Amino acid sequence: MNSGRGADMPVICRDASGQPALICIAGVEKAFGGKPVLRGIDLDVFPGETLVILGGSGSGKSVTLRHIVGLLKPDRGMVRVGGVAVQDMSEDELIPIRRQVGFLFQGGALFDSMNVFDNIAFPLREAGWEERQVTERVPEVLQLVDLEPQVADQMPDALSGGMRKRVALARAIAVRPQAILYDEPTTGLDPVTSTTINELIRSMQRRLGVTSVVVTHDIDSAFKVGDRIAFLCGGRIAFLGTVAEARSSTDPRLRAFLEGRPHEEFEPG
Amino acid sequence: MTQLLRAFGETAILTWDTLRFAVRRPLELGAILEQMFRLGVRSLPLVGLTAVFTGAVMGLQVSYTLSAYGARLYVGSFVSVAVVKELGPVLTAVMIAARVGAGITAELGSMAVTEQIDALRALGASPVKKLVVPRMVALIVMLPLLTVLADMLGVLGGLYVATAEIGQAPEYYWAKVREVLTIGDLVSGTGKTFFFAYFIGIIACVNGLGVRGGATGVGRATTNTVVAAAIAIFISNFFLAKLFLFLQTTFGGGLW
Ligand SMILES: Nc1ncnc2c1ncn2[C@@H]1O[C@H](COP(=O)(O)OP(=O)(O)OP(=O)(O)O)[C@@H](O)[C@H]1O
Ligand SMILES: [Mg+2]
Repeated sequence: MNSGRGADMPVICRDASGQPALICIAGVEKAFGGKPVLRGIDLDVFPGETLVILGGSGSGKSVTLRHIVGLLKPDRGMVRVGGVAVQDMSEDELIPIRRQVGFLFQGGALFDSMNVFDNIAFPLREAGWEERQVTERVPEVLQLVDLEPQVADQMPDALSGGMRKRVALARAIAVRPQAILYDEPTTGLDPVTSTTINELIRSMQRRLGVTSVVVTHDIDSAFKVGDRIAFLCGGRIAFLGTVAEARSSTDPRLRAFLEGRPHEEFEPG
Repeated sequence: MTQLLRAFGETAILTWDTLRFAVRRPLELGAILEQMFRLGVRSLPLVGLTAVFTGAVMGLQVSYTLSAYGARLYVGSFVSVAVVKELGPVLTAVMIAARVGAGITAELGSMAVTEQIDALRALGASPVKKLVVPRMVALIVMLPLLTVLADMLGVLGGLYVATAEIGQAPEYYWAKVREVLTIGDLVSGTGKTFFFAYFIGIIACVNGLGVRGGATGVGRATTNTVVAAAIAIFISNFFLAKLFLFLQTTFGGGLW
């Protein structure tokens, strides 16, 4: 019931060795009010890997992530999750997919009318878990994100920004999703907590085989958790390769970004 | 103009979704009861106060301004008909639009700008089911009840003026009330409020869910809700009054 992995969903995109992609973004374009943000994104995420999306502020990283779970619809192009095209799905049809894919929002997006416990319990209850399982699971995930169990009784607005982010992370991983999308998981955290979160992302992948997409502009974190790096610039994927390839890449835009130098092409549009 | 059309379109879609989700299980009874309490019970003081003083001032005006026409004897008749057919329903609805409609838009709007609405969707829940349905149901149940209460308090306000200010016997006031007031008046007066509740709720939810642009956006949407809901109430009131008058005269019979 709760640990259903939907592993037998049909699949279309494959890598060179024929392995099917779990998430497949092809030719996605998106504009807001006539202002193009994405100008044709192609990106495949394979099962069990951690793909990091790097990019400057406003380059469309969050927008890209939102397309994967159908929170935004592309103007053109295709998005498949587990082989199922999500871009034309209704909200109802998207529900089973969204239960398989955890989403950590950039600002946390905790429900401020509920305490921490109910926030984390929310996706569990929605997925039909029994109350007994919920009370077991909540302290478990709190511990995973390095929070005391007492935090469960607090309201979100009583928490610090970093704690809120960790609660949001706990909520995103609570149902044991097959894939997790992290929007800036370490931004605003102190170095120690950042390391904890980086290790958590790593261990979710190693121990549970979770597929991850991590959006960040924290280059340190990107190299620590990523298997592959995608660099988003000017509404397109300007670079895509392994961490080692990214380190030795000579692409001027990526180099400039990694070294923190300005580059005229960073501005979209 | 296109904006107005879009607003109507969004309202129609949300209405349809609300109906769809309202009958879908689980029924979210807890959330509905909570909203009934927050939207309904908490509004009692406001609605009561409005009603008592409106009934009282009606009594005053009838007694003094219209006294030349011999209206003073009929305070009970005037006040009860005016309150039960028009003032109770309309003023209650307007006060609820101001208190509850604005509150709904502000709450949903803040949720929208802090990505909480998107988080609901991303966690596999429906904002319509979780947020809109409980508020709509609570409004449609509570507004008529509040109106009946307002009617009673309004008539009591009139009673106070009739007895304390112009020295009528309470029995006389009540006799005048019963002389003119029919069940039909109560039905037509209260019946309108189901429509008012729908207008307040749907306008508040459409505006709240659609908020863009941070705190400024929330403020703008909230104002917009109160204005739009009040306009919807006043305009629809005229046509609903016509409709109910037509029904009353056509199918009237003794009772009506
Ligand atoms: N719902 C929306 N409506 C209008 N414009 C939007 C919307 N969402 C995003 N945008 C615009 O799209 C662009 C990219 O936004 P996005 O949030 O994806 O940036 P980002 O890469 O995540 O940046 P950051 O690192 O600052 O979070 C921005 O210019 C933003 O203004
Ligand atoms: Mg972002």
